[in-house]
Amino acid sequence: MKIQTNLAPSAKSLALHAGVVLLLLALNFLLPEYHRGIFARVLVLSVFAMGYNLAFGYTGLLSLGHAMFFAAGLYGAGLPIYHLGWNVWPAFGAGILAGGALALVVGFLALRTTGVAFMIVTLMFAQVFYLTTLYFTTYTRGEEGLVLPQAVRRLSLPDGPLDLSDPSTRYLVALSLFTVVLAAILFLVRAPYGRSLVAIRENEERMRMLGYDVFANKLAAVVLSGTFCAAAGAAYGVLFGYVGSGFASIQYSILPLLWVLVGGAATTLGPLIGTLFMFYVIDTASSYTTAHLLVVGLVLIGVILFFPKGIAGTVRERWLRWLP
Amino acid sequence: MSEDRILKLDRRNGLSRRTTLKGLGAAAGLIAAPGFVRYGQAQSSAPIKIGFQCHRTGIGAAYGRWYERVTAAAAKRINDAGGINGRPLEIVIEDDGTDPKRGAEVVEKFANQHKVDLVYGTLFSHVVVGSAPAAGELKIPYYVVSEGYHVASGKLNRYCVQPGITDVKAQVRSVAPWIAGNLGKKVTLVYPDYAFGHDHRDFFEPAIKAQGGEVVAKVPIPPTETSFTRYFPQIPSDTDVIYHVMVGPAVLTFVKELGEFFGSGGPQLFGFIDSLEAVDIKSPGLEFLEGSHFWEGMPRYAQPDQPDYVTAYREAVGIDENGASTGDAKDISTAAHMFGCWETLNIIKASMEACGYRGPEDRAAMIEATEAMTEMEAGPDHPQGKKLFNGKTHQVFGEQSISQVSDGKLKVVHRTSIEDGSYEPEADYTTMSF
Repeated sequence: MKIQTNLAPSAKSLALHAGVVLLLLALNFLLPEYHRGIFARVLVLSVFAMGYNLAFGYTGLLSLGHAMFFAAGLYGAGLPIYHLGWNVWPAFGAGILAGGALALVVGFLALRTTGVAFMIVTLMFAQVFYLTTLYFTTYTRGEEGLVLPQAVRRLSLPDGPLDLSDPSTRYLVALSLFTVVLAAILFLVRAPYGRSLVAIRENEERMRMLGYDVFANKLAAVVLSGTFCAAAGAAYGVLFGYVGSGFASIQYSILPLLWVLVGGAATTLGPLIGTLFMFYVIDTASSYTTAHLLVVGLVLIGVILFFPKGIAGTVRERWLRWLP
Repeated sequence: MSEDRILKLDRRNGLSRRTTLKGLGAAAGLIAAPGFVRYGQAQSSAPIKIGFQCHRTGIGAAYGRWYERVTAAAAKRINDAGGINGRPLEIVIEDDGTDPKRGAEVVEKFANQHKVDLVYGTLFSHVVVGSAPAAGELKIPYYVVSEGYHVASGKLNRYCVQPGITDVKAQVRSVAPWIAGNLGKKVTLVYPDYAFGHDHRDFFEPAIKAQGGEVVAKVPIPPTETSFTRYFPQIPSDTDVIYHVMVGPAVLTFVKELGEFFGSGGPQLFGFIDSLEAVDIKSPGLEFLEGSHFWEGMPRYAQPDQPDYVTAYREAVGIDENGASTGDAKDISTAAHMFGCWETLNIIKASMEACGYRGPEDRAAMIEATEAMTEMEAGPDHPQGKKLFNGKTHQVFGEQSISQVSDGKLKVVHRTSIEDGSYEPEADYTTMSF
């Protein structure tokens, strides 16, 4: 992929991102109830995809284990709430910390490998994490999972607690998280550090020759990526009230890859587009036919044929060169 | 207005005030009279819509296929008999992919887009637990057919009910007396090493101890395992009974390797039919199961002494005497579980009629009507058998079948009592607010 040379975020891209956030804010008041609920979920999962995109899209690290970071956030926040009666704020922080710490350890070990080996090592770590959640049934209830009671899913604020199970509150909290992470990613990928990640993806040897500490840069990318994914997991737990092993399974390592590929790898808005697109393809197709997975497969083939670099990636390549 | 003028108006309309009042009074009397209440409502009522959360795809698809057939048959029977409160029943199906995240989305879709009256039909525990928060938040009744202990544990919410199928804790407890009395008191447990297997482990051990028996070894099998022979040496030689609850595609390998390991001797076998739901007992490799025993929620094979209402149920849902589809002898049913759909729909009907259900404003009243239920007699509405519903735990208790594999078929050798499986309530949903 061609490296863009303008380091400062262009006015166009800033306006676009602000416009997307404003549009999403407006949708809270415009969308029918069902779709508002879905958008809240999609926004949280987009954060997961954005985190994955930082490692895969920008740094070129094809991981098959990111479910463990999402699930680390989910359990890191959910277990203290369920077993220790923690408040949402510290629990959310614990979730993010858990994901970040796990990413540091896994990154430190897995980044000794590259390419296919990296993919396999991350997959193995994620499998260990998944089996661990299954094994400690006493605490996690394994595949069955835990329900975080509605009464404790409240966000303490100076003006009084916010009920996170309220549809509008949930949407706005999800949007806030999405906005923070989107802004962070936008800043990161435009900053010199982000450019160095793209350069590592394009030619790791040259970066090493230029004196960059490739390992440290990649490790930082994995930790940031894992932290964003954990934030999504922690938010999912407290917003939707369910914590289960399913989110640590291989399926949830492949899904962010799929969302990012469909939306456009190494694009800031691609993860949102991909997550939203995949949700509505499945939801719409399953309304018309029981063979909806066949339709989903055909649609994906169509996307790959006409948008080989994902939706946002192809739009950038063909029409909007300034798209970050 | 003069009297002449009134008279003229009355004559012109052909309807006097007195006649009008008489007519209205008679109509009101008819509508209020017994037998006409339903008719009166039906004139102005839309169908009652039930959202069926179905495992059409994913690991639960074999169960989902049969749950869908039984649901269709039960809904047809209810509609043929006049519907619910005189209103027809309409089943709206959404595939949850046997996934807890999609399950919750489907509950939202039912409540906010399809505008159903309630959600029903979920089997897999993780989908139930994943969907329960959405049901509670949307304040929509959620009648599950799952056999998990999740409802009775009190960890869900007041809108979650399991009135049509017994839970795993009761099932495990109910078979323990028979195992201790007929197969032996020294039991080795072989179970998958995750929550489903852990439930069997944790519920069975105290149950067999209460019968004077003991668990001599526990052999957990990791969920990623595909070959089992290396675990069998862990089974102590003094084991009387191997209690096995393996599930998934590897179960055929498990039984085959167990047969190769023990040959013609070895301990007695007792399993849960969950391992072999939708699987033909005559499949190659399962010969070793001949003579062994299984728990069945409801018999797969037609029994010689089965009541007429069981025969009628089997005909209605489309299974032959071997428990396979009447249209395809290779399509084996999930008979031990799917009856729960039939019974749950009948309980939904009874609850709605008991509370005079009109629409979503009566959802809480409907839950209270279900909570008020106690005994349910065996019959056309409850073909699996007699039941006892506990309104506090939102869980039903019932009789279970213990069957023996004989000539490649399952023959019922014992029916447990409701008391065998009952336990002290560990929750009280009725104290929770709606």
